[in-house]
Amino acid sequence: MILAKIVGTVVATRKDERLVSSKLLVARPMDPRGKPEGSYLVAVDTVDAGVGETVLIVSGSSARMASGMKDCPVDAAIVGIVDTVEVREDAR
Amino acid sequence: MQLARVLGEVVATMKDANLTGSTLLVVQPIAADGSDAGRTLVAMDSVGAGVGEHVFFVRGREAAFPFYPAEPPTDATIVGIVDHWDLA
Repeated sequence: MILAKIVGTVVATRKDERLVSSKLLVARPMDPRGKPEGSYLVAVDTVDAGVGETVLIVSGSSARMASGMKDCPVDAAIVGIVDTVEVREDAR
Repeated sequence: MQLARVLGEVVATMKDANLTGSTLLVVQPIAADGSDAGRTLVAMDSVGAGVGEHVFFVRGREAAFPFYPAEPPTDATIVGIVDHWDLA
């Protein structure tokens, strides 16, 4: 799973029928300290996340195991809203 | 599977029902010499690993297997704590 910040929403009228009524969000992956890294991605939201929140995103075929995503054409799903990330500096 | 070092913990109250009760750890993949190799990620823990320990983790669909028959939505799970490793 990766940490990411939600930076926007996606509206798509025409899409795969198994994505109808899914909420799609634009996310920017980040490191544990909040520094953005990598490119933006579109993820299906299963936990009612919102813009500005830090979330956990599961990628690949594992994304289909998120709640309600069985057999859906997704490879990124938001499965948690992050409260805190605690990194112990001496573990670096 | 990949070697990694556990850097920290993630707390998420609102999460997928199948992640309830799980430990989520920030891990840094490492090379054989112990140096950082690639980006950090968040992994589920199936062996009771802690911050500062060296572990190995599995990626992909198989990451859910340690929790069988539950199927948590995870793409990375720590499946072993490394005591030491040797290179020939």
